[in-house]
Amino acid sequence: MSSVARPVGGKFLTPVTWFFIVLALIGGAFTLARFVFGLGATTAMSDGYPWGLWIAFDVVTGTALACGGYSVAILAYVFNKGKYHPLVRPAVLTSALGYSVAAVAIIIDVGRYWNIWKIPVRVDKWNLNSGLLEVALCVMSYVFVLWIEISPVFMERFKESGHGVLARLSTAILPVLEKVLPFILALGILLPTMHQSSLGSLYLIAWPKLHLLWHTPLLPLLYIISVVGMGYAVVVFEATFSSRVYRRERETAILGSIGNVTAWLTLVYLAIRIVDIALRGRLGLVFRFDGYGLLFLLEFASFLAAAVVLIGRKARVSPATQVGGALLMMWAGSLYRFDTYLVAYRPGPGWSYFPSVGEQAITIGLVALEVLVYVYFVKRFPILSGAPSASASR
Amino acid sequence: MHGGVPRGFQLDTSGVSRRGFLKVCTAAAAAVGLPASAAEKMAEKVASGKKPSVVWLHFQECTGCTESLLRTGHPDVGELILDLISLDYHETLAAAAGHQIEDVLKETVEKQKGKYICIVEGAIPTKEKGIYCKIGDRTAVDILTDVGGKAGAVIAIGSCASWGGIPSADPNPTGAVGAPEILKGKAVVTLPGCPANPYNLLGTALQYATFGTLPKLDEKGRPMFAYARTIHEDCARRPHFDAGRFAQKYGDEGHRQGHCLYKLGCKGPGTHANCSLLHFGEVVGAWPVGIGHPCFGCTEKGIGFTMPLHSTIDIPAPTSPGTYPPVVAEHGGVSALATGVGGVVLGALAGAGVMATRKLGAEGETEKKGE
Amino acid sequence: MTVTRRSALKVIAGAGAACAATALPAPAEGRERRKPGPDDVGLLYDATLCVGCRACVRKCKEANGLPPDRRELQGAVYDAPDDLNAQTKNIIRLHVEGNTTSYVKGGCMHCTDPACVSVCMVGALHKSKGGIVAYDKDLCVGCRYCQLACPFNVPKFEWAKAFPLIVKCELCRDRKEGPACAEVCPRGAIEYGKVTALREEARRRLAAEPKKYNGKVYGESEVGGTHVMYLAAVPFEKLGLPQLPSEPVPELSETISHGIYKGFIAPVVLWSALAVTIWRNRKKGAEGEEKP
Repeated sequence: MSSVARPVGGKFLTPVTWFFIVLALIGGAFTLARFVFGLGATTAMSDGYPWGLWIAFDVVTGTALACGGYSVAILAYVFNKGKYHPLVRPAVLTSALGYSVAAVAIIIDVGRYWNIWKIPVRVDKWNLNSGLLEVALCVMSYVFVLWIEISPVFMERFKESGHGVLARLSTAILPVLEKVLPFILALGILLPTMHQSSLGSLYLIAWPKLHLLWHTPLLPLLYIISVVGMGYAVVVFEATFSSRVYRRERETAILGSIGNVTAWLTLVYLAIRIVDIALRGRLGLVFRFDGYGLLFLLEFASFLAAAVVLIGRKARVSPATQVGGALLMMWAGSLYRFDTYLVAYRPGPGWSYFPSVGEQAITIGLVALEVLVYVYFVKRFPILSGAPSASASR
Repeated sequence: MHGGVPRGFQLDTSGVSRRGFLKVCTAAAAAVGLPASAAEKMAEKVASGKKPSVVWLHFQECTGCTESLLRTGHPDVGELILDLISLDYHETLAAAAGHQIEDVLKETVEKQKGKYICIVEGAIPTKEKGIYCKIGDRTAVDILTDVGGKAGAVIAIGSCASWGGIPSADPNPTGAVGAPEILKGKAVVTLPGCPANPYNLLGTALQYATFGTLPKLDEKGRPMFAYARTIHEDCARRPHFDAGRFAQKYGDEGHRQGHCLYKLGCKGPGTHANCSLLHFGEVVGAWPVGIGHPCFGCTEKGIGFTMPLHSTIDIPAPTSPGTYPPVVAEHGGVSALATGVGGVVLGALAGAGVMATRKLGAEGETEKKGE
Repeated sequence: MTVTRRSALKVIAGAGAACAATALPAPAEGRERRKPGPDDVGLLYDATLCVGCRACVRKCKEANGLPPDRRELQGAVYDAPDDLNAQTKNIIRLHVEGNTTSYVKGGCMHCTDPACVSVCMVGALHKSKGGIVAYDKDLCVGCRYCQLACPFNVPKFEWAKAFPLIVKCELCRDRKEGPACAEVCPRGAIEYGKVTALREEARRRLAAEPKKYNGKVYGESEVGGTHVMYLAAVPFEKLGLPQLPSEPVPELSETISHGIYKGFIAPVVLWSALAVTIWRNRKKGAEGEEKP
């Protein structure tokens, strides 16, 4: 089993990539409409629901799913498990792309995007009470850090190809980067810890409007625990996908142990969640059998199912089980975030929200773009490790 | 009353006492909204022999504005033209005619240059060098340019003189325009209306005659004391509009009840005039809406003689209706299309997930079997 | 160091405990409850005096240069907003229940301790002179967090524009005559003045005519106090004024975030610990292969 990363090679334009290109173009058209006609014309957001699909999914859920790099980095670099190293590069690439897409989504979502530069620059105006300021600065920095983390991939390729300026720059920078890497990697673990928990903290202030089964002072804690699990789930999913499509060996055992960690984290999450609700005397709301009680039960069941699937013996050896568990985990974590941000958020009577066609199209377009870039990078740059599997005959 | 009136003053012509004369001036001042002090000033001017000279030109007109002026009582028109002003040229009212009156005009224009008030009634045709209206062998354009140009103040009375009025209605075969278009560069007070409310003229003319100043004008030269507000703003039937009580047809129940005439084509919301406040012929209630006919916007260029009588006008400055928003407002629903699309997307993702897992499971089985 | 179930759990439990300890809201001693300043201004709206003439709504639109909300009702077009929105900073609503009616004014409450100010990243919404909650469009990014945070759903957004603003009452802070609504009210239902004086006046009215009112001044203590206060005969919830505790909206979130990030110590410590651990691990790795 080779653990050296290599470009996958092959044509970029295939029927599959064409499918995603079309989706991206449709999203692009709606994005143009958003900037020309404004948010009211293209989205279903309103004064009652100022945050919609783009925040709940593209930013919050999207960055959570993009925390594969974060989650794997913790295992590979902090707990020092070398066996996880092959998973690092694709995970960091996915993270870099995922966070970049989230940043684009933010630029599309905010109304006065031309003032975004003031956030990092106007230090004199920083409101240190604002959780969103922390999220914004953290995410901006983390995008930067992620691209630095993945840069060796490109620099190795440039160095190899010997293409003039880029090759020389890469040759010069790579050793420097190597030396400062611990500090950058440490940032790469600190920053998501900060902002992923803060994404939960954002709703602390919404206590007059957030349903009591979701509002708790422990929101930051619940968010950081669940995000680690989601990150692992994405790694499992993505590693399986790459191994099948690009004929790489599938690291089933490694993925199995990651799944196991995910499962235990999830159980901790569930424990904290239900104990907190009970201690606050809100258990009655769970069994009220109104929409919110049922939704909570659905969330709980989803997380529990994910944990059960990933904890068993089968999850150590069966790719199907691992993928199934990972999907359940991604579903549960996303559902939790959607619920906090949208479904359990009650602005008052008279308001309703469902993402418009435009919002959906732009979200799908951004994901399609992300997939396209991932595929391109994976084919042209040394990201995936493991020699092509001998058993692959299709 | 004390003031600058010389003792023993008496008007020769009418034998009116000083007291009686001051009464006239006071009434005139009050009727047109001038301050009480105006009465004394007016009397002063007259006593000092300085009755302001007024030259009244007639062009493409029906003489309706003159006729409506003749039906005012405060001041009595006789008092007005005999005591308060010197009406030196007026084609309808002058005793003289022909060459005689034209000579008077010439003399007045020369002798009182820069001092007389020129009142214009009727539109001025401009097509084919203005031959469609000639008086004393001069075209209206020439007369106005000469007489209006040399006047101290020019007042255009009626819609015809203000912006063209009826003669200018489509297709405007004579090229009729209002006085301001001929006297470009000169401040022309316009008093549109068909006829214009005579009190608007009296107020403006008497202010100028007494104080030498013109009332505050809007961008179309209309005195703001009369034309700043729309009929709609001061209409007595406004509560019916706000409450949504409309007459739909002439003679129906709403019409009989005196409800709002908006749906019958009332142009009140777009028409600047004071007819709703100062009714016609000094009879209370005698104005179009008051007698049950919608206002047709006779003062407004673009509305009067342009928009059909019974077509509904847009409301340029909407105000609150008689109803109120509730404590909890409903804010629209959710798009069925979007929900459908969302359902399809979620379904597709779920389906893909299930399929992927199954496929992997099947492969796992075959691999196992193969080992 | 292998990642066993046990070690993972230990780490997580430790982290969890740490988080929980810092996340549990410290009693308010950490964050003082504010009071209106001596020069803070506000409004007192007495619903029992209001006759629903809406002169305040018209004047507000005029003073702020806001366009009418054109709506067709009953076959004609009116300026009929159904709620506060991007063209309406002040509104009069009607409550009817059987024989009881009451009007109620709607607009920014100008809280003593506003949620919107707490969440605004670069202070576009900020407390200005007189305690007025003011908006600076040059700093606003249009993130709409303020809309989320406000318990009264006051800030509105110009959804229909390509270059949108947040819109809400700013007590006519640039107008030398003061708030247009208070100036024009023909019944004195809207009074403008210092918050402390207005509260005294409200109390005086309640004491002088207790049967006329519902016994409370809305805004005296709700969410830490608001500078726009209400008197009414009808219970406030029926007028759309929500029952809220006296805890200021930002108290919990600020206590937690400042607790965690105090002096930025925790992040720096965590980062240092991570950097050292990673550096050591890499050194170990370079010195010899560890077992997979």
